[in-house]
Amino acid sequence: MSKFEFPKSIASRPVWGTLEVRSGEHHLMIAEAEGAEAVIDIATPDLMAKAHLIYIPKGTDFSDKLQALNPAQFYEGPSYAAALPRIRRVLEDAHMGLQVYLTGTEGMMGQAMNEVMAVGLPHTAIQTEHRGSVARRMQCVHCKGVTEDVEVDPFVCAHCGLNLFVRDHYSRRLAAYQGVRVDAEDHGNVPVPKGIYE
Amino acid sequence: MTIQFNDESFRDDYTFHNSEWAIKRFPFPFHEDSYMYSVNMEQHRGGPKGSVYEMRFDVDEHYVSEMKDRAIVLDQDPLRCQSLPHMTLAGWDLLELIMVSKSEDYPDLFELHRIGNKWRWINKPLGIDHSFTFMDETTLPYGPMEYITRQAQGDFAVLDQRDEMLWMDAGMVTTQADWSLDFDIGMNFFEWHAPVPKAHEMGIFKRALKFLLNIQQGAPARRLNWTMTVNPLLDTSPENYHKWGIQKTTLTPENIAHKQHLRVELQTFFRLPRSNALVFPIRCYLCSFQDLMTVPKWGRRLHRVVRDLPVELATYKGFIDNRPMMLDYLSQFDDGLPTSPGVWPDLETEPPLSK
Repeated sequence: MSKFEFPKSIASRPVWGTLEVRSGEHHLMIAEAEGAEAVIDIATPDLMAKAHLIYIPKGTDFSDKLQALNPAQFYEGPSYAAALPRIRRVLEDAHMGLQVYLTGTEGMMGQAMNEVMAVGLPHTAIQTEHRGSVARRMQCVHCKGVTEDVEVDPFVCAHCGLNLFVRDHYSRRLAAYQGVRVDAEDHGNVPVPKGIYE
Repeated sequence: MTIQFNDESFRDDYTFHNSEWAIKRFPFPFHEDSYMYSVNMEQHRGGPKGSVYEMRFDVDEHYVSEMKDRAIVLDQDPLRCQSLPHMTLAGWDLLELIMVSKSEDYPDLFELHRIGNKWRWINKPLGIDHSFTFMDETTLPYGPMEYITRQAQGDFAVLDQRDEMLWMDAGMVTTQADWSLDFDIGMNFFEWHAPVPKAHEMGIFKRALKFLLNIQQGAPARRLNWTMTVNPLLDTSPENYHKWGIQKTTLTPENIAHKQHLRVELQTFFRLPRSNALVFPIRCYLCSFQDLMTVPKWGRRLHRVVRDLPVELATYKGFIDNRPMMLDYLSQFDDGLPTSPGVWPDLETEPPLSK
C-alpha cells in the first residue's frame, strides 16, 4: 500500500517519518492496522529476535504474517485502549537504549509517544511512520471531549454533539487536533462534510 | 492619582464603559495610517505620565470589575489556569514581581511588608489583607501564580526557557483573543503561534524568539497587538466561542458605534529571577468605536488601517464579514487630512474633523 503524502501545513502539525532498523538490545514495536506493513518492510531476523511486537488489527489481518517474523514477544490487542496497560507495563521496565517503533494512525502514534516520553525515554529513541487511515483524533475545544478516528470535516463531537471543524493545530500533550464549532456565527449553517484532505 | 473604580460588567448587560481619562490614555496601536505585522518590541521602562506604559503593571478604573469577571470565568472553567509541575518556582517569582511592583508603583492601593519569608500583602481595592510565608504554598489559598493573577489585570503566560526555546508551561488565561491555554500548554514558541498566518513566512517568530530568549532581569520589554471585538467581552475564548461567536452577527449600522470595540493587547515580557522563566502578561484594553472617534486623529487613522488591511489579516482577526459595515461607519470620520506620526492622540495639535 502506498504511503499518504500529507500536505504542507502549520508548525504545530506533526511530521511523521519512515521506520528504519536501529541497533539496540531491546525494541518495542507498536503497529496499528496497516502499520503492520511498515514493520514487515524493515523486519530482519536479528531485529525481530529482540523485539516485543504489539499489533492492534483494527479490522486488518496481518497476524499470521507478523508472527511469521518470529518476534521475541508478540501480542495482539483488540484496541489501543485494551493494549495500553500492557504498553505501560513494558515501558515500566524499559532501560535507556530501548528503541521504540510506532506505526499506524496519527492518533495512536501521538498517544503512544506520550507514554514513552512519560517514562523518561528521549524522543530520539522513538521512530514513527504513518500508515493506513488518515483519520484524526480530535479534541473539542468547548467540552474537551476527544473524538477518535474523525475522517470528515466538519464532524459531530461524540460528547457534546456540536458540529466542529477540523483544525490543523495539534497538541502533542493531548495527542489531538483541535475541533471548533463550525456554525458558531450562524447557528445551523453546517457545511456538508467532506474528507479531511479532499 | 486616586482611581475611581467602575462597577461594570463584561458580559450579559455589558455595562463596561471608559471614562474620558481612560479614552485619552487608551493604547491606540497604529503609529501610522497602515498596519502590517512586525516584532515591534521596545523597552518597558516607563512612559509618559498617566499613560498605560508608565507603570510595570498598569492599574486602571476597570481593575475591580475585571477581577470579578476573572473569578466568574474560573468558577465556570478552572482549566483556564494551569501550571505544569515544574513551574511552581516561576509562580513564586511572578507573585514577588507583581507584589513588589504594585506596592512601589501604587503605594496608596497596595502594600507589601516583608520580614524574611513572612510577608503581608494588602490589596485595598479588592479588600485583601493576607499574611503568608513566601515559598510555602500551604499558606496561600491557591498556587502562587493563580493567587497573584486573580489580583492582576490581563492574561499571564509563564514561559519556561530550555534548549534555546520558550515553552508555554503555565498560564492564567481568561481574557484571551481566541487561543486556548488548555490546548496550547506544553507547546513551544513556534507551535503555539502555528495558526497565525503570514508571520512565519515573514520570519517574525524567529526574530521575536531570538529577542525574547535574551531578555535580562530588570530589563523588560513590551509591544502592542490588536484585534476587534463585538461587545466589550473580555472572555473571547475558543472554549466559549460556541456561545459568543453569534454576537458578531448582532452588529448593525445603528449599534456599531457603541457595540464594536477595538481590542488592544499591551504585551510585556519580564525575566524571572529564580526560575529564569519569562512571564508574558497580555493586558487587554477595550474601546468602543464611538469613544475612539472623539479623537480626530484616531478616527482618520482607524478608517485607513481597517480599509487597507490585507484580507488574510482581517479574516484571521475575525472581522472580515463586518468590515464593510465598519468602513461605512468609520469613513464618516475620515476627512482625508494627513495625520501626525506616532500613536498619541495629539488633541491640541491635530485639526478637528472638517466634514
